[in-house]
Amino acid sequence: MTPRARAVGVAAALAVALALPLFVSNFRLFQFTQVAVYAIALLGLNVLTGYNGQISLGHGAFYALGAYTTAIMIDKWDVPYPLTIVTAGVLCLVVGFLFGIPALRLEGLYLALATFALALAIPQILKYFEHWTGGSQGIVLSKPNAPWGLKLSPDQWLYFFTLAVLVALFALARNLLMGRTGRAIVAIRDNAIAAQAMGVNTALYKSLTFGVSAAYTGVAGGLSAIVIAFVAPDAFNVFLSITFLTGIVIGGLASISGAIFGALFIQFVPNWAQDISKAAPWAIYGIFLIGFMYVMPFGIAGAVRLALARLGRRGTAARA
Amino acid sequence: MLRRTVLSALIAALALAPAPAMAADTPGVTATEIKIGHTNPYSGPASAYGTIGKVITAYFKKINDEGGINGRKINFVSYDDSYSPPKTVEMVRKLVEQDQVAFVFNTLGTPTNSAIHKYMNQQKTPQLFVATGATKWGDPQNFPWTMGWQPTYQAEGHIFAQHVLKTVPNAKVGILYQNDDYGKDYVKGLKDALGDAAKKIIVIEQTYEVTDPTVDSQIVNLKNSGANVFYNVTIPKFAVQAIKKTHDIGWKPVHLLNSVSSSVGVVLKPAGLEASKDIVTARYLKDVTDPQWKNDPGYKEWLAFMQKYYPDGSTVDDFNVYGYTAAQGLVQVLKQAGSDLSRANVMKQAASLKDLGLPMLLPGIKVNTGPTDFYPIEQEQLAKFDGERWVNFGEIYDASKK
Repeated sequence: MTPRARAVGVAAALAVALALPLFVSNFRLFQFTQVAVYAIALLGLNVLTGYNGQISLGHGAFYALGAYTTAIMIDKWDVPYPLTIVTAGVLCLVVGFLFGIPALRLEGLYLALATFALALAIPQILKYFEHWTGGSQGIVLSKPNAPWGLKLSPDQWLYFFTLAVLVALFALARNLLMGRTGRAIVAIRDNAIAAQAMGVNTALYKSLTFGVSAAYTGVAGGLSAIVIAFVAPDAFNVFLSITFLTGIVIGGLASISGAIFGALFIQFVPNWAQDISKAAPWAIYGIFLIGFMYVMPFGIAGAVRLALARLGRRGTAARA
Repeated sequence: MLRRTVLSALIAALALAPAPAMAADTPGVTATEIKIGHTNPYSGPASAYGTIGKVITAYFKKINDEGGINGRKINFVSYDDSYSPPKTVEMVRKLVEQDQVAFVFNTLGTPTNSAIHKYMNQQKTPQLFVATGATKWGDPQNFPWTMGWQPTYQAEGHIFAQHVLKTVPNAKVGILYQNDDYGKDYVKGLKDALGDAAKKIIVIEQTYEVTDPTVDSQIVNLKNSGANVFYNVTIPKFAVQAIKKTHDIGWKPVHLLNSVSSSVGVVLKPAGLEASKDIVTARYLKDVTDPQWKNDPGYKEWLAFMQKYYPDGSTVDDFNVYGYTAAQGLVQVLKQAGSDLSRANVMKQAASLKDLGLPMLLPGIKVNTGPTDFYPIEQEQLAKFDGERWVNFGEIYDASKK
């Protein structure tokens, strides 16, 4: 795809996203806000798993950490919510980086298991610090109203707010991944020894990647706390982490746009499955999952890329 | 050029955002139908509760087959939330904003209902007869659109405390409870009702996590503490273990078992009927596995209903009695509301239930609500297991009267 075509595509997607509130109800908008939140979390996981080749089954824990950071700051200290999102991101960056250091010794499936432990532990840890987290009762928040006297419903405002965060973080990730750092991250995935031989500090890069990945997921968690206006340990079970992993594989590994496709999938497909069959929604979901993997082995983003490439070839052929 | 297009799209979006519209009539109510929303975990870790949604659906089918209520059929829309609060928010918003239900009924779970508590009250849409034993649902002052249903765990704790104070001289209570809200609520109820004496009477507290394999060591600790009363706050799986172990190590305390695990078929039989002898519990529903109700008209009616409308459902599962009874409570509210099914009137009628007896409630237990009383069922009765069935004894305890 030419850079020009890519720019047009991004601009078109952005225009659709911006115009969306004109056409859909507050409820639908709330769903799309969740898609945006998931997309940020998926991008975070994709940086780690897709680009750097480290498998994490525990990103739900960072999502929870971000959500609770935001919720506690708003609930206990009345901190303005944009600030809590930043704090959630920074905190997860630090925790993710620190977790990344011992995780360096673990490769592939072993790392997956270590992070899985994180996902298993988090609901109980949250219940243990009841004084802060409200135990299994959780913390109830209020939805923020639109600032500056804008005539927007809280749902519309949150949609634009989340979208703005998403665009900023996606731009940041693109710059990170397309440059020197990105090449180093990918090189470690493809062949760690070769990367090291070329002067890449693999230990530092791996830990940093883990930190950045956790930070993205933490920001998403913080946003989710505000969008849902409630946090509770039951929202952050193991299934959430697995859902994230499903999302990046379906969306497309090592693809930035894949995060958005994946987010759309994990938000809407379970609902469709339920509409199709009340009795066995997860069986239907499973069929969707297998179908997608069979038809699009490189995820939705991979399939789109392939289709565009084919169209492009046909275009040049016709012109010639 | 592109930048300008994007910018103008943004401005248009901000300027044209529609203001929330006001509905004139009650959503979900037509001349022939009333639409009611519901969420329940049909999948996920709490899916054992899923049968409650199924039995309620089946009961409304029966009501519709019999002509509905005041000429209106019930359109019951039930979604799976997997016991995940964010999913509950999404599904309930779908019910209220998109499906346009008149109200939601018997949404299940404490964290899940907490997540929609504020929203329902902002929407002024009833959140009726929620399926949780937490105490916070009966707060008409701050949350006039939310109402509980079953006796709260704390209320049951009060009953047990009364029983201990009245019948066990020199009581030394040992507690085993699940380390979450449910367990803590039970313990709080007991302590509150014991009052100042609690510190002296309660000699040991042991906890377990739902994920623990057994509670054997906790039982040994309880025995070694010298306690002569065992306050057993466990869910069925652990209740079976606790009863067995208590019996096996020869500990013979006054055994108080929470109603959550009082099913004869699910708990006492697997634990051993001999080991279960003399256990005391508190109940408000008839236990369908208890032979004493075999010829009870209420039980026979329930059984006939189960066979005709929900043949896949288990006839030894308490949850199928629970959902059936809650649905009957709602039917009474709708009957009372007559032709005025506005949300305000539904709430008003729910808060005007007077001495309503239902077929599967224990004899003498009535549903009562009022403008300041949003706890529909507050009565329970103690029962002692005689090796075969629960034998009710003593008065019917009413948590609303201190």
